[in-house]
Amino acid sequence: MGLDSRKMAFWAFIGSECLLFGSLISTYLVYKGRSLTGPFPHEILNIPFTSFSTFDLLMSSLAMVLALAAVQRGDMKQGKLWLLVTALLGLVFLGGQFWEFSHFVHEGLGLTTNLFGSTFYVLTGTHGAHVTVGVIWLLTLWVQALRGKLGPANAMTVEITGLYWHFVDVVWIVIFTVVYLIQ
Amino acid sequence: MSEQAHATTGTYLRVAAILVMITLIEVGIFYVPTFQTVLVPVLLFLSAVKFTLVVMFYMHLKFDNRFFAFLFGGPLLLGVAVVVSLLFIFYGALRLRTGT
Amino acid sequence: MKSWLTTTDHKRIGLLYFWTAFGFFLVGGLEALIIRAQLARPDGGLGVSAETFNQLFTMHGTTMVFLALMPLSAAFFNFIIPLQIGARDVAFPRLNAFSYWVFLLGGLFLNASFIAGPLFGADRLSVAPDAGWFGYANLTSRQFSPGPNVDFWLLGLQILGIASLAAGFNFIVTILNMRAPGMRMLRLPPFTWMTLITQFLVITAFPVITVALVLLMFDRFFGTHFFVPQGGGDPILWQHLFWMFGHPEVYILILPAMGIISEVLPTFSKKPLFGYTVVVYSGVVIAFLGWSVWSHHMFSTGLGPIADSVFAGTTMLIAIPTGVKIFNWIGTLWGGQIRFTTSLLFAVGFIAMFIIGGLSGVSHAAAPSDLQQTDTYYVVAHIHYVLFGGTILGLFAGMYYWWPKMTGRMLSEPLGKVHFWLTMIGMNLAFFPMHFSGLLGMPRRIYTYSSDLGVTGFNLASTIGAFLIGLATLVFFWSLLRTRWQPMTAPSNPWGGATLEWAIPSPPPVYNFTVIPTVESRMPLWHTERHAPMPALPERPPAPIHVPGGSWWPMITAIGLPILAIAAISRTLPLVFVGAAVVIVGIYRWAYEPFEM
Repeated sequence: MGLDSRKMAFWAFIGSECLLFGSLISTYLVYKGRSLTGPFPHEILNIPFTSFSTFDLLMSSLAMVLALAAVQRGDMKQGKLWLLVTALLGLVFLGGQFWEFSHFVHEGLGLTTNLFGSTFYVLTGTHGAHVTVGVIWLLTLWVQALRGKLGPANAMTVEITGLYWHFVDVVWIVIFTVVYLIQ
Repeated sequence: MSEQAHATTGTYLRVAAILVMITLIEVGIFYVPTFQTVLVPVLLFLSAVKFTLVVMFYMHLKFDNRFFAFLFGGPLLLGVAVVVSLLFIFYGALRLRTGT
Repeated sequence: MKSWLTTTDHKRIGLLYFWTAFGFFLVGGLEALIIRAQLARPDGGLGVSAETFNQLFTMHGTTMVFLALMPLSAAFFNFIIPLQIGARDVAFPRLNAFSYWVFLLGGLFLNASFIAGPLFGADRLSVAPDAGWFGYANLTSRQFSPGPNVDFWLLGLQILGIASLAAGFNFIVTILNMRAPGMRMLRLPPFTWMTLITQFLVITAFPVITVALVLLMFDRFFGTHFFVPQGGGDPILWQHLFWMFGHPEVYILILPAMGIISEVLPTFSKKPLFGYTVVVYSGVVIAFLGWSVWSHHMFSTGLGPIADSVFAGTTMLIAIPTGVKIFNWIGTLWGGQIRFTTSLLFAVGFIAMFIIGGLSGVSHAAAPSDLQQTDTYYVVAHIHYVLFGGTILGLFAGMYYWWPKMTGRMLSEPLGKVHFWLTMIGMNLAFFPMHFSGLLGMPRRIYTYSSDLGVTGFNLASTIGAFLIGLATLVFFWSLLRTRWQPMTAPSNPWGGATLEWAIPSPPPVYNFTVIPTVESRMPLWHTERHAPMPALPERPPAPIHVPGGSWWPMITAIGLPILAIAAISRTLPLVFVGAAVVIVGIYRWAYEPFEM
């Protein structure tokens, strides 16, 4: 079809990931309100804090498109900057998730405390693992760029990284609504 | 190849602004008691709008080959259908078993 | 040796898949024979214990589905698809090698459970998976399965899922993006079409079982209660997640075989496939409906009248596109110049046996009758008519059809006829009586039965049939082996096939096509109303063709996965870091090694 093979494979991968997260979200929803003991979601979820994390991830997506646009027009100085910004915003998100998890554990919600804890940690943890992979990937590209090995010829690599990163972002958009806002 | 992005930095910034605004609205109505009755559909709608904006503009699906939209959209719809039907079956069967 | 370990050539990977999967097919068959010997007489003919019996039927089902049928289809995807679409290789040759190594190691990991007992302070033959091939909760919970048996199962399946997913992305891109000029979608050979549909099912269904297995892993290793009622969990959720994967999986197993016979029947009837587009679209409809029927495996859990009716309806609907295909195959034979080669016999056998399996399937679709049949030998009869009478007969048709292309050597036709008739008699003797033993009340998965049940004769017949199938398979194995000592004399198109793989020598040179052909019709090698046959390709490439070299990294990356699984099953934290390091180093070296396509 004359399309880029890697990009096509990646879109198929993202389609496949939809079913992965679909199954995890189903599990969360099926078990909603069926925990035998607390803490329950409304007692523990911190909306202002998570809103900030959501904002942070949305901004990282903006930084990612700016990085791609810069690499595509050959402006590697800007490209390097925005790749790093994207990765750092991802790290901020992960830091927030680490803080959130440890705070919850402190409040008495462990992985095995109740169904809410199990479904919550597995769903958001799987998402966090995806963010971690994305941050490592972005930092790899950034190091490549620093060594002068990333240029407009590799724009497709950056674009695919971006597809992954934005997908992780849209998954969070869904999780934020389904887990945090709809209690 | 039709794979180049046709959006400009200006578009990206506008999309980001809209995304942030919607997020603020979402969090806002979460705290307003009057919205409690329609909270779920409104939140789902707003989150779908955000989802679509990111996919269309940041992932360039609006400008890219339509085939990619099919590769992503097909499984996405399937995933949504799975979530919805599983909830229906599960809660239906649960009611039946518990007699409520 | 090194060239095989590092190969990225789709043809070599196809052969590796074939021999590995055939080996596992023999292992799974051996397990079946022990099961049948045990059931030959009431009260246990062989003295197999209940625990061993559980392991045997679990490993028989798991092995046949994941280690034999899927990868035997994959052998043909690998070898044949790039040839049918006029390509030099798959889209991602190294990813293809990775899929194979992951499959091999996952299969070895699963089967290692048979001998791993002493490592866990138990006897040999005591820690193999034993909760059935669909591993229902809460049989699989730590409380009821404290040993490593279920851990082997869930970790092994998780590894195998990675292989299938990687291959799924690879073949979707290959088929869509690597087609020769003029090979429009509706000119794709039917086998390629069915493969494409199969891969879409793989990439959508496997993530669901991945999640189910992750949840089960958390239950067993970290003490969560996803499927444990004491903690509020619901074992029924496992059934939903498993069958949401499991029913598409059924079509993942059967669609490639349907594709194979859609190649074999036209070739040996000297007629184009009757209603090509209808066959293609029926395949699409089957896949689509295949996603909407999973709960028909769960009627007996009490889904309620609405869900029962919906799933009974969608299940019966699948009979329509399937029936359409059957009529198309019969229509292809009708009035053709039929040559009864072994390959055609197996294809016709597929049609007949698959009809029987399909009909018993429709009888399960009706929820009230399913309540009588569920968990009896009637279901065992159904699954074997579909997966043996369907998939395996289809795969045998493909083996006889493509063996000359894959090896340059013809399989013996007389031995093939013996193989066919022994298989047909054996399978009907083995599986048909199971309908009766099931309806008379014999439950599946029991290791003994009483003579009072009145199923003694049926069971003896099933056992004799099973051993006939075993004999037939030995004949086939011998037939395969003896070709190795023959010279490679197969012509490029021994059967007069119409598709591109027959335009190149048998076996094909490493670059496949001296010149990438331009395709002008659905049957490029045949004389049709509007098209003359494609001109012969030049014997030597007019310009040097670059062939990518091998790579170690797919195999090394793959080795990291069983290390991680061993770390989990032996609770050895340092091994986790070793496994992760192997995977990460593998991926980085892979990504940055020079590999010219």
